Amino acid sequence: MQIYLPIAEMPISVLLILAMSVAVGFISGMFGIGGGFLMTPLLIFLGIPPAVAVATVTAQIAASSMTGALTYWRRRQLDLRLGSVLVAGGLIGTALGVLAFNAIRRAGQLDAVIMLSYLGLFVVIGGMMLFESLKAMLVARAGKPVRLERAGQHPAWLKLPWRVRFYRSRLYASVWPILGFAALVGFIGAVLGIGGGFIMVPALLYLFRVPTAVVVGTSLFQILTTMTAATLFHAASNQSVDIVLAILLIIGGVVGAQFGTRAARNLKGESFRLFLALLLLAVGMRFASEAVVKPDEVFSITVQGSR
Amino acid sequence: MAGRSRTQAWLASTLASALAFALASGLLLWPALPARAEELVASLSTHRVLIGSNYTGAQIAVFGSVEREGRSVGRADPYDIIVTVIGPRRQVVVREKSQHGLLWLNDAQRKFADAPSFLASMTNRTMAEMGSAEDARRLQVGLRNRLLPTTSAAAADPGLLRFVDALIRLKTEDKLYQEIERGVTFLTPSLFRSNIVLPATAPTGNYEVVVELVSGSVSLARQQTSFEVVQIGFEQRVAWVARNWSLTYGLMTAVMALIFGWLATVIFRRD
Repeated sequence: MQIYLPIAEMPISVLLILAMSVAVGFISGMFGIGGGFLMTPLLIFLGIPPAVAVATVTAQIAASSMTGALTYWRRRQLDLRLGSVLVAGGLIGTALGVLAFNAIRRAGQLDAVIMLSYLGLFVVIGGMMLFESLKAMLVARAGKPVRLERAGQHPAWLKLPWRVRFYRSRLYASVWPILGFAALVGFIGAVLGIGGGFIMVPALLYLFRVPTAVVVGTSLFQILTTMTAATLFHAASNQSVDIVLAILLIIGGVVGAQFGTRAARNLKGESFRLFLALLLLAVGMRFASEAVVKPDEVFSITVQGSR
Repeated sequence: MAGRSRTQAWLASTLASALAFALASGLLLWPALPARAEELVASLSTHRVLIGSNYTGAQIAVFGSVEREGRSVGRADPYDIIVTVIGPRRQVVVREKSQHGLLWLNDAQRKFADAPSFLASMTNRTMAEMGSAEDARRLQVGLRNRLLPTTSAAAADPGLLRFVDALIRLKTEDKLYQEIERGVTFLTPSLFRSNIVLPATAPTGNYEVVVELVSGSVSLARQQTSFEVVQIGFEQRVAWVARNWSLTYGLMTAVMALIFGWLATVIFRRD
């Protein structure tokens, strides 16, 4: 069944889009990431103009993170106070990132910067998580108790002034390093055109030692606010949000996210980190192979001035 | 009955005015026109392609005839018809990847300020049969001759041809560029037809159709017409709102996303 997309100006298969968005929504609800880094390349591969793909995916991420965040909120696994600090830091970082994005684009090196950063981020973060989670699993198998979140034991840089108690996250820390980190994620996200959930989740886990379930809920809350703002921004500034495509993506995305949050519930912390690590490594490898293997077609075309 | 007679009256008056206009312009232009042995008449099966929610592309027939003056002498060479369809023009950047150490990165690029988003070149026989390469370039037959009408640009930039060929190759894969030799059929010695196959990804806008009558690589007559591709109904309204009420449109999309997100938690609620 085909339906015509009025903004992308092309027809698309309804069932294919629904199936893709259910799968990406599932991953989003399970790991607390937006899933834009999976969905956007898939849409571009189907022939949807990149600007429309990037802008429309923000609406899907807003919807699937809304449904995920609400579910975690009901289970009391969303730290609203920590989430608000992350949102504030993210806004500052995003504004700086947009400025950097334009500067890099003027220098004509955007493609290279995006590809190398993706590669570095996915391989480094994925590799570190893989190593750590495998070690934790081996320790768990040996019968020793595993505790990533050591309440009361905080590194020195969390003891800076302006300390706040984040009850649900079992965290008593200065706001400054959290703000700074959220700004960094916002900055990277704006340059790469992604939500940055896949950087935020490992950071909350390892650097701030927040419990896994709270990490997912809180990350989804942060993604929800930034992606709602991004949808408005894309619609107002470049009119590239396709509402027909958005509806299809949203329906699939929220259904997938619901099953994702349910699946995450039955997942142990170590296996959660292992699966996320494998997902990031797989995407990183794909980028790497794309950059290293000689492409079949060395030419590419970009249509400008349309949308 | 009333409706029918009104339609008839409207038809009659339209015909009458069209006839009067044709006569008047013919009389006015007649002394200025050079004496021509052949006259070319061509038309399209439709001048408006409508895009609805089930649009998957369109086909438009081009048909026409070569009208010969009775007193004219016969020509040594047969007639050739060249049909060229040119879609809305857009700026296109073609980039070429090359290897830097381990990595394949975008390197050289060429910008085409007004490359047609759709381009079709159809002839009744192959370009080689019609005449020399030089003739083809002069008549702008074929995709490459359309995109590079003069040799001076290619001479000034030796790499340009590579990028033009890449543009043609990539656009041809998407069926947005078409070069169809034997894409025009003569039904009788003077009556011809051709078919424009528009893929669903061809953008909205105005498409120019040029029909040219050639004999022995000499252009005898040329007729230009056009059709437009437009969205109708729901699609048109969505595109209009997105363009003119962009903030409201964004708010609508965002609110819809949040409502769907909330609805899913209600529907799937178990705990």
